[in-house]
Order: sequence, then structure tokens, then C-alpha cells
Amino acid sequence: MADASPIGIFIAGVLTLGIFSFLYKDNPVYKVCEAIFIGVSAAYWAVEYFYSALYKKFWLGVIPPEGSGADPDMWLWGGAILGVLMLCRMIPKINWLSRWPLAFIVGATAGLYMMTFFVSNAMNQIASTMQPLIQDTFLATLGSFTVAIGTVTGLIYFFFSKEHKGIFGGAAKVGIWFLMVTFGASFGYTVMSRMSLLIGRLDFLFSSWATNFGQMF
Amino acid sequence: MKREIPLIITSIAGIVFAVSYFIPHYPFGKAENIFGDWISIVSAFAIWLGMLNLGEVSLRKIIRKTEGWQLGVIVLVSMLVMLIIGFSSVFNAISSGTSHMAPGTGLKWMYDYTFSPLSATMFSMLAFFVASASYRAFRARSLEATLLLVTAFFVMVGRVPLLDPIVNALGITDFPFFSAVADWIMTYPNSAGQRAIMIGIALGITSSSLRIILGIERSHVGGDA
Amino acid sequence: MGNTLAIIGMALLGLSLIYVLYRTIIGNPVSRRVVFVYVAFAAGLPLFMDLLPPVHVTPDVQALVDALEELPPNSKILAAFDYDPPSAPELQPMAEAFFKMAFKNDLDVIVMGLWPQGPQQADQAIAAALLDPDVQAMNPQYGIDYVNLGFQSGNEFVIQRMGSGFKAMFSRDQRQTPYDSIPVLQNIVNFSNIDFVMNFSAGKPGTVEWVQFAVDRFGATLGAGNTAVQAPQIYPYLRANQMVGLLGGMSGAAEFEKALGMPGAGSTMLLSQISTHAIVILFIIIGNTAYFRTRKRKNG
Repeated sequence: MADASPIGIFIAGVLTLGIFSFLYKDNPVYKVCEAIFIGVSAAYWAVEYFYSALYKKFWLGVIPPEGSGADPDMWLWGGAILGVLMLCRMIPKINWLSRWPLAFIVGATAGLYMMTFFVSNAMNQIASTMQPLIQDTFLATLGSFTVAIGTVTGLIYFFFSKEHKGIFGGAAKVGIWFLMVTFGASFGYTVMSRMSLLIGRLDFLFSSWATNFGQMF
Repeated sequence: MKREIPLIITSIAGIVFAVSYFIPHYPFGKAENIFGDWISIVSAFAIWLGMLNLGEVSLRKIIRKTEGWQLGVIVLVSMLVMLIIGFSSVFNAISSGTSHMAPGTGLKWMYDYTFSPLSATMFSMLAFFVASASYRAFRARSLEATLLLVTAFFVMVGRVPLLDPIVNALGITDFPFFSAVADWIMTYPNSAGQRAIMIGIALGITSSSLRIILGIERSHVGGDA
Repeated sequence: MGNTLAIIGMALLGLSLIYVLYRTIIGNPVSRRVVFVYVAFAAGLPLFMDLLPPVHVTPDVQALVDALEELPPNSKILAAFDYDPPSAPELQPMAEAFFKMAFKNDLDVIVMGLWPQGPQQADQAIAAALLDPDVQAMNPQYGIDYVNLGFQSGNEFVIQRMGSGFKAMFSRDQRQTPYDSIPVLQNIVNFSNIDFVMNFSAGKPGTVEWVQFAVDRFGATLGAGNTAVQAPQIYPYLRANQMVGLLGGMSGAAEFEKALGMPGAGSTMLLSQISTHAIVILFIIIGNTAYFRTRKRKNG
């Protein structure tokens, strides 16, 4: 960082070590760092949402700056009213009013998801599975068969309206195998991901923080 | 009234978004845009509700002197410090026409030196627990568990150059065998399994959404499903 | 010197695992803290080495690189930054390499974020890319060659709303400049004016939502860099041609850097990644060796 602050880097390192102290055992230093994390992140999110949604979206929408040529968008007041109703959650006597914005969010999400999930995650996936099984190379052909069999048997496993017996049960069993391979792949990738995060922190401690520490003391 | 109005709101919002998928023109397109803007604004209030609730819980803890109330003080103080610094950066940015996160602002400093290291370290600790769980609990007890384990092995050795350089150096193969195996696993069996899960979830979401829009599913308004 | 010491350390670490194997076999497994120490050394020691492991570029990464390299100068790329600092070790190297490539190829980049932290991470990546001499030679200018629109709340609703107009969600950029006054945004109304969407994602909202809305609804062309934990879920979209390419985790970052010929943090930290994978695999093997021996003893 070109504009790095030595005190800032020092504090960042101390906080990092404070969180890592949990690895030995739960201790007051970790708890303090955790409490700071909770407070700082809650406020950070609140500030960012205030700036982006309440100022840039709402305020500049209903009161456009002079010379911008934009007309005030009075419809935005609807969102603000729903938002204020959401805050009623904190007042016991009228907390039932917070169900209105909640109902709006649930309804809007349901309406938005209904078709997008059906098209992107169901129809397009089914279409992609229904490809010619015989491909140019042996591995690609094997892959096409694998995808077709794996998808169909996996879906059979998730079909609980019919008892998993006989041919249906056998297919469900094959489905479980495919799901296990999927979970194994996910596990491998999860290990990769988690280790990356640790490497990132250690890299910070050994490079930025250690160098800064040496310069400070 | 306490249940009927929310149900009507749910249905109207749902119908607008569902219909505008097919008819993105007036009046549905317009209504969809208005509702989309509202979601942005309402979600900001939802975040604020969460933060205020955290403040209230911490304050109650301090007043009642319940166990660990001192941590409540730290939560409140760090929250207030971040809010003060954050808002001063935001209002400075608004008045001077710059970025609220420009280098040199208080919010940027807090982001770089408190929020970033704390959040990054908190999640990085999972690396230790994943390794510990692998050692203590990851056993090939059944065919299914063995499949999971073998796949994880090939993915872990194939996605990084772990065994390929050794195999190539020994002259066993001259192409990245383990990388190719990991790639094949990810492209075919993994895609098949993920796709089965994905299609199942998609059909579930589609039917649940329909139930919500039609008012059959009412748990979100406090009623029976 | 650093290399030698680190290699000796790694060798000692490997040899000491024999003791862990012995302890586990006799039914006295080492405590979790010992495992933690191994993980810390496995991740930390390679950071003192300056070796670059050989990287094989996988087809999914190459496909993304090809798609990006084929874009003519002044093409408009919408870069969506949907991640936070915890995921930076995986995604930041991708982002830095992406900006270097974009600036060198004279592509116009429009940055935005569905996560509040995303635009901040983008600023850091841009700052790092601007240090590259080749990028400096191109002299990319804010507002003319790239812009940061900042964060907007609303998750996938933001993408859906951007379908009718970007300006509706981002009336001003991060620096408070009105949308219409930003040269790089001239003639950009919605996704139909965007040549490529590049998404860096660590969860929801992220690549799944960009596929569902930007690609399937508004016809955008999408490439993505994902955290490794999310990447397996994205493969079905890749197979269904809903995306042109995918970078998965730190190894994806290293492959991306290699394919672009710009080694960076992804490549240098890959050695630690390899070492930690090795330690986890060895621990799994040790645990299972002890398990099978115990089972054999019980059955026998």
C-alpha cells in the first residue's frame, strides 16, 4: 500500500494475532478482538448502506442536485416508507407493522426467483444435459454419459415420493455415488479455499507487519 | 388486517416480478423498476435495523450487568467509533465531491486496518479446523465415504501442481495427469451431481414461490403454512 | 538462504509426521493444537521461498483468457466485484491480473459491486495494476479508461434493475461524478452496450446471480473468478455455456497470471497452497491408516 500507515499496520497485526490466539484456547484477548470485529462490521455495513442506498439512491433521487436536469422521483418515497415501517420492529406496540416491508421483500423475491431459477437452474441445465452422448473423443463421450447418468440418478435420489426399492432404488444408489463424488470435489475445493485465506494472513504477518514492526521498533 | 395486508403486498410484489419476466413493458416493466428501487432502499433499513438491534442487545447486557457485559461495552464503543468516523468521511465526501473511501479518509483507514484484518483472520482460522477434522474424522468407513475421500484426494493433488511435477520428473508421464483427472472430475461427475442438486432446488424454489405469491404459504406473515 | 532453510524446515516437518503416524496407530492421536502447528508451518514456511512452481493452465482458465484477449480496444467490460477482504488472497491476484490485462489491451472497465467491500477491493487492485510499467506506459485515466461506480444495495435486484438502465442504480460514481458526465460511460445504457461482464465472486450475490440475470435474461457474456469454495457449484453453468470461463481459487489465479504472462501474488503464494494440500492429504492418510489397522486388529 502506497499510503500505508505504520500505526495502522501495527494495529492490524495485533488484531490478527489476537484472533489467532483462539487457536490455543478461548481467551479474553480473542473475545475483545471478536467484540471489536462485531461492532466495527455492523457500523461499516450501516455506513455503506446509508451512503449507497439512502443518500445516493433515495436522497439524490427525490431531491436531484441543481443542474442535473433530473426530475424528482417521488416513487422512491414508497421504499422509504416501507423502510421506516421495518424499523417499527423495535417498538413492541407497533412491531406488527414491520411485516409489511417483510411481506414486500418476500413477495418480490418469490416473483423474481420463480422464473429465473426455473429458466437458469432447471430448464437450461436440463437442455445442457440432453446433448448427443457420442462425442469426438473417448473422454468427452465418457463425460457425456457421466453427466447424463449422474444428473438423472441424482434427481432420482432426491425424489422421495416413491420408495427407493428395486430398479428405482438401484438408480438412487448410483445417484448417491455421484453426489458423494460431488461432495468430495467440494471438500477438496473447500480445503483449497480455507488454506488460501490462512496463507493470505500469514503473508501479511510475515511481510507487511514484520517489516513495519522492524521499522517501528 | 394484520395478516391480510401483508398477504396482499406479497402477492402484488410477486405478481409484478413474475409477470414482468414475460411482459417487461408498461405497466409491469415500470412497476418492476419502482419495486426494484424500493428493495434497494428497504434493504438499507434492514441493515440499520440489524445494527440498532445489536446496539440494543449490547446496551441491555450492560445495564443488567449480565455475564460478559464488558464485551458489550467494547461492541458499543467500536460501533460508535466506526459510525462517527464513517459518517464524517461520508459527509466530507458529500460536501467536497470526492469518494468516501478515498485514501486518507478515516473510513478507509478503519477499513484497511481494523475491518479487513479482523474479518480476514476470523475466516482464515477455518483452515486449522478443516485440517484437524480431516485428521480426526475423515475416514473411509463405507463405499460412499471412500468415493468422497478418493475424489477429494484427486482434486487436492490435481488442482495444484503437487504430484504432477514429481510424476513428470520421474518420467512416468510427460503431461499433467493429475491436473487432467481433477479437471475431468470437475467438468463431468461434479457437474452432474451439482446439476441434480441445482435442478432439485430450482423446482423447489419455483413451487415455493408460487405458493407464496398465491398466499398458500403464509409463515412469513406469522400465519400457518 | 531463505530457500534452503525453508526446505530444511519442510523436510523436518515431513519427517516428524512419522511420529504422528506412530502416535495415531497406537491409539493416542496428537491433539488438535499439534495439527494446527503443522498447518501453520506448512502455510508459512513456503512464504520464505522464492520458487515458482510449474503451473498448468486448465481449459476453463484458457477459455476465459482467450475471450478477454479477443476483445478489441475500447471494448466495454463491466467488472463486478462481489467479495470482501477474507476472500482477497484468492480473488485479489485475479483482479490485479485482470486490470493489468485490461489496461494493457486498452479496454474500458466499469467497476461496480453488489458487496459493499467490493469496490474497495477493486480500488486496491487498480492501484496495484497501475504500478506495472507496461500499464503506466498506457497511462489509463480515471473516468476515461475506467470508472468505479461503487456499491449499490439490493443484491440481484440491482442486476435486474440495471437491465433497464445502469444509471437508475448508479446515478453517480464512487467519486460523486454524475453518470452522464463520465466519458467512459457515454452511450452505456444497459447490458446491450457491454461487451463482456467479468465477475469476481465469493458468494451470494455473485456469479450465480450474474448468470441468472445478466446472462440468461439480458444476454450478457460472462466470465468469472470465484473462491475455491464456490467454484464447484459454478461448473454446471460453465458446461451449459452460460459462461465462457472460470477461475477457481488461488490456483485459478496462478493459472490466470501464467496464461496472461503476468506472474503475481497468485503464483508466489501457490507454493504455500501446495504445501498445505500436502499436509491435509498426509493427515487424512495417517488417520485412515490408523483406522484400518485398528479395524483389522478388532476383526482379527
